[in-house]
Amino acid sequence: MIDTAREGPILIAGLSGRIDGTNARQVQTELESALGDDDRQLLLDFADLSYISSAGLRVVLLVARQLDQKGGQLAVCSLSESISEIFKISGFDKIINVHSDRPAALADLQG
Amino acid sequence: MPPDRPSRRSRDRYEGPTRKILVVDDEPDLEPLIRQRMRRQIRSGQYAFQFAGNGVEAVALLEQDKEIELVLSDINMPRMDGLTLLQQIPQITDDIRSVIISAYGDMENIRTAMNRGAFDFVTKPVDFKDLGITIERALKNLADWRKALEARDQLVSLRRELDIARRLQESILPKSFPKTDDFEISGFMQAARDVGGDFYDFLELPNGNLGLVIADVSDKGVSAAMFMMSARTTIKGAALDGCDPAEVLTRANDMLSADNPNMMFVTAFYAEFDPAAGTLTYANGGHDLPVMVDRDGARTIPSTGGVALGVMPGMQYSSESIQMQTGDSFVAYTDGVTDAMNPREEQFGLGRLMELFADKPPTHAGATVNDVVAAVKSFAAEQDQFDDITCLVLQRLAPGIRL
Repeated sequence: MIDTAREGPILIAGLSGRIDGTNARQVQTELESALGDDDRQLLLDFADLSYISSAGLRVVLLVARQLDQKGGQLAVCSLSESISEIFKISGFDKIINVHSDRPAALADLQG
Repeated sequence: MPPDRPSRRSRDRYEGPTRKILVVDDEPDLEPLIRQRMRRQIRSGQYAFQFAGNGVEAVALLEQDKEIELVLSDINMPRMDGLTLLQQIPQITDDIRSVIISAYGDMENIRTAMNRGAFDFVTKPVDFKDLGITIERALKNLADWRKALEARDQLVSLRRELDIARRLQESILPKSFPKTDDFEISGFMQAARDVGGDFYDFLELPNGNLGLVIADVSDKGVSAAMFMMSARTTIKGAALDGCDPAEVLTRANDMLSADNPNMMFVTAFYAEFDPAAGTLTYANGGHDLPVMVDRDGARTIPSTGGVALGVMPGMQYSSESIQMQTGDSFVAYTDGVTDAMNPREEQFGLGRLMELFADKPPTHAGATVNDVVAAVKSFAAEQDQFDDITCLVLQRLAPGIRL
């Protein structure tokens, strides 16, 4: 479900396929176990993600709060047009750090 | 299967457990009236009534008899009034529902009662048919709530948890649609097998306007259904308090995000319709923008921005107003409509929703809801429904035209 990589201190998790009510909890577990205690910065790369339902968005918010509570940061990047629309409608583009692509997101997190 | 032939026994005797109801009123007239009008339910063993003359007597009876499941209470009473009683009840039990009996138009007390956890209210003079429906709804909600708590505490199978959550979801939907000479409303919700948390609601507001809610709770299961109940209550409470739509969402958001460890959220659209002027004032908390349909087709209404409720306290929402002409229909929906997929994995989309109205002005609210639902179902064909499908339609009626 998720494919992780590291760029310096930043953990990058690439999400793929669909995230909806049927697999959101699994994605949550995978993300939480990928995030080490010392990780403060997480980039969720949505390049291969075709769909995310509200249950999936809840996972993103949960992870964002977990990071926030330990003084960390979350960013997401490479949203498809339809997922971008979902972020816009739900207003989550106002509370989650969204970037057009991975380099832009990394630059922001490193900055 | 042979046709059901009601035996004498099944006609006279209620099959389920007797539900104990406590009626609290200082006026002595109510007791004989209830005994008379509810005599069939009393004789059959469906309901057993107890009576108290004020809040103090009611508290004593509730402490004595833990099997009382419903309190029907008047507001103005000596020694302890109904609103104070509402505050006392949770200290005795939370396994109960309260319904307030109030004077017609006494919105201030009604909204205080709703804020203090009343499940619903009926107005005087009591319409006993309405009272019967309200009692059944309250008891049904209590039964579903108990199952939900049990499911939460007992690690029941996911399938059973989802069934219980769905029943709780269905028990909060309005059972009838208000219709006046000025407007008509219709709504539909079909729960998905596995996911979903859609609901809608209508509110008769103190100023005579109509409140409309459509919402979609993230995630599934019992905790999502409980979050849905909180969302419904907080929105209703703020709306009955006379807040404008932006303030309704601001308050509901603050309350929902205050204690939300699981980061549940609800996208909610709230509108207030003025039937006389035909204006619709609305605010949006991250929900799909409804469309307005007139003779020329459909268009989405102007966006107000706004984040889904429950995520972060202190968010601001703004209101917008649009004028509805007679005949215009306001069509709200959840993403179960636009995200419905066909066997080729294409989405139904907002485009197809709008096309439905391109060459077909709306006839009446019920037909519009049916058209939308039928179009989504025919599009999805044999593809599984993976999210709740909800559609809510308000049509402003032309003077002199009665459908």
